[in-house]
Amino acid sequence: MKKSMTLLSPTAILGYGFPESSFERGLSFDPDLIAVDAGSTDPGPYYLGSGKSFVPRGAVKRDLAYLLRAAVERRIPLLIGSAGGAGAKPHLAWCHEIVGEVAREEGLSFRLAVIPADIPKSFLLEEMAAGRVAALGPVPPLTAEAVVDSTYLAAQMGPEPLIAALEGGADVVLAGRCYDPAVFAALPLKRGFPAGLALHLGKILECAAIAALPGSGSDCMIGILEEDRFIIEPASLDRRATVDSVAAHTLYEKGDPYRLPGPGGLLDLRKSSFEQLTERRVAVSGSKFVPTAPYTVKVEGAKLIGYRVITIAGARDPRFIEALDGIIEGVRERTADNFSSEAGRYELTFHLYGRDGVMGPQEPHPRPAHEVGIVIEAVAEDAALAEAVLGFARSTMLHFGFPGRLATAGNLAFPYSPSDFKVGGAYVFSVYHLLTVEHPERLFPITFEEVRS
Amino acid sequence: MRALVELASVIRSKNAGPFELTVDIIFKDRKIYEQVKGAQSLDAALIARLYRIPEEDVLAVTYFDPACAFKATMKRRLPSGNLGEKDIYGAQQHAPLLEVTLPWGDADAAAP
Repeated sequence: MKKSMTLLSPTAILGYGFPESSFERGLSFDPDLIAVDAGSTDPGPYYLGSGKSFVPRGAVKRDLAYLLRAAVERRIPLLIGSAGGAGAKPHLAWCHEIVGEVAREEGLSFRLAVIPADIPKSFLLEEMAAGRVAALGPVPPLTAEAVVDSTYLAAQMGPEPLIAALEGGADVVLAGRCYDPAVFAALPLKRGFPAGLALHLGKILECAAIAALPGSGSDCMIGILEEDRFIIEPASLDRRATVDSVAAHTLYEKGDPYRLPGPGGLLDLRKSSFEQLTERRVAVSGSKFVPTAPYTVKVEGAKLIGYRVITIAGARDPRFIEALDGIIEGVRERTADNFSSEAGRYELTFHLYGRDGVMGPQEPHPRPAHEVGIVIEAVAEDAALAEAVLGFARSTMLHFGFPGRLATAGNLAFPYSPSDFKVGGAYVFSVYHLLTVEHPERLFPITFEEVRS
Repeated sequence: MRALVELASVIRSKNAGPFELTVDIIFKDRKIYEQVKGAQSLDAALIARLYRIPEEDVLAVTYFDPACAFKATMKRRLPSGNLGEKDIYGAQQHAPLLEVTLPWGDADAAAP
């Protein structure tokens, strides 16, 4: 009999949710594995930098209750990657706590493996000095300052630590930052399935039903892996997998659709072929994994650059809109003058919706509409300065006199009182680099824990 | 000439990591795709012009046969989330592509 295994991906991101009926149908396939990717750098640097999740706690807990119940009661291994979103220490601890809470409330007992993905700063500095760190794409070379200033540093683990956790008898694996397909590919690799197929299937499953038609980030997808191909089928009967939807998904969020680099190697899709098996099922074959030596992992970090305060206003006066560039210039000058002793300690930014608020200098038609939405943003080294600068810029713009002005009562329409919003810490990505490692397993130490309820 | 919006079923942009932006154009059928690919009328120079960036900032252009798709990846204007960011996910940067027209067939051959 030919070897095959069935993988269930409940949702694109842990906490995005899934219909109970889809999950039940997914379980009716008797899956060998339930896996979910919980993370991404997509929501920007704040979440990694601040140690916070971009998915609300209640939503993660809701999904985990279904996943843990099914996994423990049916003895299906459950793998969770990039816990808490960014997958660094506080994110992993946050998700770990929710797993414990669900286990207590649901009366579940299991062997849990926890795999942090944090990279000590001192280690990265040594590796950098030894020439084992390289920029990834159009990224500036790494500096010691960027390493030191980063709040957290996490590396994307490949499938190897997850396999080691399964070999250690884990029923549930909770991992820090992971290469997205790794949680799906780990068990198939352990069972000897080809890496190219296992990782390509993982690439598709990590976004769950996004690769279906109609697509959804909050519905389940089923993958059936065989020795020479894999099959994709959405759990919900309201969705189909089509050659177009699956092939199109292969393009999504990737720079080069034929060669997808990951930890320890490259997924090569140049020989992949996609075949419509039934109305709702697609088979994929021919995908190859090409190991690269030396082994590299991606390291991500973000740093705090200050505190952000914003205000939101609208402008409807055609004369004001016509004169807008000059007015902004004037507001900047007045602000610089008023805070001359703070020069260089703050940044003022104007977003002009209805003109070029989305594309900035790349907007092909920067013609303002009959009304313009204005977001003024101040980022400063400390919160008090950001508030002061923003407040000054806002009141200056509100009462700014410009040639041809008729409406002398005020230039801006504010939808809210208070008008100014304290956003909090402002972060930027500081590390996005490849680290060459001799012993990748040493970066990702595993701890086991018996959860007893 | 044909408007790209008439030839494509998907025109989209998205981050490919925090430092790159990638645009995908998926054509309505293989015949249309093969004609565009054959003419190579979508290329790095066009992307550079549309996005007002130097051509060396267009990092890759690929015709992806399995999906009947053209893909271009470019350096982001700013790393995602840096000061001055306007689109963290990069999901609304496709608008310049909606205005592209492509030479189509013999009648256009003489056009500059």
